[in-house]
Parts: sequence; structure tokens; C-alpha cells
Amino acid sequence: MVMRFSTILRHFREGAKNIIRNGWMSFASISSIVISLFILGVFLLLALNVNNLANQIESQVQVKVYLQLGVEQSKIEELHNAIANMPEVRSVQFISKADGLELLRVSLGEDGKELLEGFDETTNPLPDSFTVEVIEPQTISFVANKIKAINEADATVPITNVKYGQGTVETLFKFTTAVRNIGLIIVAGLALTAMFLISNTIKVTILARRREIAIMKLVGATNHFIRWPFFIEGALIGIIGSSITAAILLVLYQQLVQMTQFELGLMMIKLVTIQDAGWMISGILFAIGTLIGIWGSTISVRKYLKV
Amino acid sequence: MIEMQDIWKTYANGTHALRGVSVLIEKNEFVYLVGPSGAGKSTFMKLIYREEVPSKGQISVNGFNIGKLKPRKIPFVRRNIGVIFQDFRLLPKLTAYENVAFAMEVIETPRRLIRKRTMEVLELVGLKGKHASLPAQLSGGEQQRVGIARAIVNNPAVIIADEPTGNLDPETSWDIMNLLEEINFRGTTIVMATHNRDIVNKLRKRVIAIEDGIIARDEARGEYGYEI
Repeated sequence: MVMRFSTILRHFREGAKNIIRNGWMSFASISSIVISLFILGVFLLLALNVNNLANQIESQVQVKVYLQLGVEQSKIEELHNAIANMPEVRSVQFISKADGLELLRVSLGEDGKELLEGFDETTNPLPDSFTVEVIEPQTISFVANKIKAINEADATVPITNVKYGQGTVETLFKFTTAVRNIGLIIVAGLALTAMFLISNTIKVTILARRREIAIMKLVGATNHFIRWPFFIEGALIGIIGSSITAAILLVLYQQLVQMTQFELGLMMIKLVTIQDAGWMISGILFAIGTLIGIWGSTISVRKYLKV
Repeated sequence: MIEMQDIWKTYANGTHALRGVSVLIEKNEFVYLVGPSGAGKSTFMKLIYREEVPSKGQISVNGFNIGKLKPRKIPFVRRNIGVIFQDFRLLPKLTAYENVAFAMEVIETPRRLIRKRTMEVLELVGLKGKHASLPAQLSGGEQQRVGIARAIVNNPAVIIADEPTGNLDPETSWDIMNLLEEINFRGTTIVMATHNRDIVNKLRKRVIAIEDGIIARDEARGEYGYEI
């Protein structure tokens, strides 16, 4: 069925007008969308960060090799090659004391500036080190022992310390998998709850307008024609609700990231940045909000068209 | 215009609202529908505007076989029928103008025609200066005029009026009757259910009395015939 352009305009005008005319009902619908989506958004961000943290922890399953102060450049290269040639090793990265200080500065951010202010090239307290990543986390203690053996065989004993996730690797992996799965279940559950809550509110708002629908039918409006403004109204309510939610959520999250950067940085934890999460979270909330708005109004109108 | 042949209507709860009604209403007639409450008047009218379908029998309105209508076609048949209610049934948040224009909008009348026709009809029912008022700001009689304007704005062939004066005082009722009579003079068929003895006896028209689901009486210039 081809719709006239003026009719399409009328539906949009009517849909928008209805939101204003039914002010309190629209307010109720939008509020319920904002509240449900906000809770969902908080958990999405939480799940995202837990996942990110799990990734960080997993990637920290690596061997740290700390060197004596003042080891010769040729000895460093020799050790580097020896470790890199082990079949279990994925990569070896040499981190000079200057690099180490720089990394620390970055991870502590603005708040760390003061703390690290006194340190420069000459007073840098950090040793040179290697970061060794293995292909299979399970082989980590084996690799660490091999590195220790090289050290003991060397008369100069260039390595002071070899650190790795001492035997906790498997427990760690079980834990991160469990956390990810639980996060996924909670988010899915919340999304369903949000859908139910929102569509119910929209149902109530349309119930309050049975009279309007009855009159439209009485004067000979087609079902098709009756449905459109409600459809647009539902979509608009969803769009407004999810936009408000995304704005509030992201502003608050930005604050949280900034406020906790120093404290979490000390624990070597970094929250997902708003640049990484913002679009995804907004997109998900927007899609869910709009779909529920449309779905809720369409279902409810259909019910009252079958008179 | 309206023809019923042996119409039966039984509701889901077992009530026999109509039990074999046959009637022919010609174009341009003005018919009073009288009878006790619950005798079947409302069902009779709902069948005409296809709010209900008969359990048995044939009904045609303006050439359409209403009982056998496909749901998709119902809106187009209703556009030939204007309905007026005792409780007016206006949309409370729309002005008088908007309430009337609404009936044209929803059948996709071009906008430029809507404005002209709506103002014309509001003037006809005597609400020229009240087009911007909300229903709550109007008296009962004025609200019913809006209801009538809405019913006639699309030029229906038939008007169904369910106790249009039921909520109005006698003087206002007569104003509404004069208006309906004028609409009838202009060529619209009117079927009006009423309990108003005074109006039926003074403004003589055809009277169809329904009692207990059957037509008890059908007189060309009848009387109300019931003691109140």
C-alpha cells in the first residue's frame, strides 16, 4: 500500500504531538526506559570492565626478569637471544630502566606526577628488565626455571629475580571464565527485565487511549492508519529515553574513570576508557530502547484494534 | 438504505438481543427507535455500523452486505455512517475544531479540504466562534453539537444517534432535534434511539418499537407509546 507523503508527515506530526498531549504517560514511559536501561548500562559497563580486567590479568601471566644494575649491553643481548630462542616463548621485550619509569608515569596518570617528580635518568631506581610472554600459560613455571638455570650457569649472575604467576595460573583462568559467564547471564537477564518493564508501561499508556482508538475506528480509519502514529510515538519515546540514559551514564562513567585513575593505577588496573566503551554502550542502549519502544506500542495497539 | 432480513443476535453469554428482526429503512427517512432498556435497540444500531455482526440473517447498508464484510473493508463502510452518542465521546484533549477535523484526517482527506469543510460544519451546527474550545469548556448541548459535526463532516449517507438528547435539558434537546431535522432535510437518513416521549410525540416521524428482541410496532407517524 502506497502512503501519501502528506499522510506520512501527518503520522510523524501526530506521533510527536501525542507525546506532548499525553505528557504524564510519556513521562512514565520515558522514565521507565531510563531507569531500566540505566541499570542495564551500569551492568554492561561492569561486565565490560570485568572482561577487560580478566584480559589484563591473563596478559599479566608472564615472566618478569629483573637484571642487576649495570649489566653490559652485550650480556643483555645474549640473554635476550637465549630466552627468545626457547620454543615455549612467544615474545621477549627488553624494558630499560628509562622505559620502566615512563610506563609507570603513564599508568599513574595526572595524580602520579607529583609522586614521580623527583626521579630522572640519574636517580631512576628501577632496574632493567625483560618481559617474557609464553605461548601456553601452563608452561610458565617451566620457562621461568629455564631462565633461572641460564642465570645460575653464568658466572656473572646477571639476573636478580625471576617472577611469574606462581602456580595460580589455572585457578585464575577458571575464575576469569566464570566471571565472564556470570556477567553475560546478568546482562541478558537485565535486558529481558528492561524489555518487560518498558513494554508494560507502554501498554498502560495505550490502554488509557482505548477511547481514541475506538473513535478512530468508528469514523472509518483503517487499522494501518491507526497503528502508524503509535508506532512512531513508541520509537520516539525509545529514542528519547535511551539518549537520556546514554548521556547520564557516560558522563557519570567519565567521572568515575577520572576519579579512580590514580588509585586503580597503583594496583595496575585500568578501567575501560570512555573512548573505547562509549559508542558501544550508546549503540546497545539506543538499539534496545528503540526496539522496545516500537515493539511495546505495536503489540499493545494490535490488541485494541481487534475489536 | 438499510435492510434487515430475519436478523438474530445472540451474545456469547447466551442473551438473545434480537430474535428475527426484518425491517426496511428507505433513503432520507427519519426513524425513532423506541422501547424499554435492554430490549435490543443498541444491538440494532451496532449491527448497522458493524460494531456487531448478526448471528443469523442478512443486513445491508447503503448497498453493502454488512454481515459478510471482510474486516479490511469495514473502515470504508463506516465512512458512510455517522454515529452520535448520548455521552458525546469527544477526545478531551482536542479542541472542538480538532475533534471534527480528526474524523476527516483519519480517512486521509487532503489538508486544504479539511480546514474549509470543518469550519463549514462547525458553522452549520452553530459553533462558529467556539472552534478553539476544549470539550470541558463547552456546555452539554455544545459538546453534542461537536459530536454531530464530527458525525456529518464526511457527508455520511446514514446517521445513527444513540439517545443524543439523553444527557441534555429539554430546551437544549429541542435545539439538537432541530439540527438533526435540518441534516435530515439535506438528504441524510437518520436512525435515532430515544427515551424522550415529548420529542417523539411532538416531532412526528416513523417509530419502530423494539421489545424483547422483536419489532413490536412500526408506524409511519407513530407515537412514543410507553408510560414513563
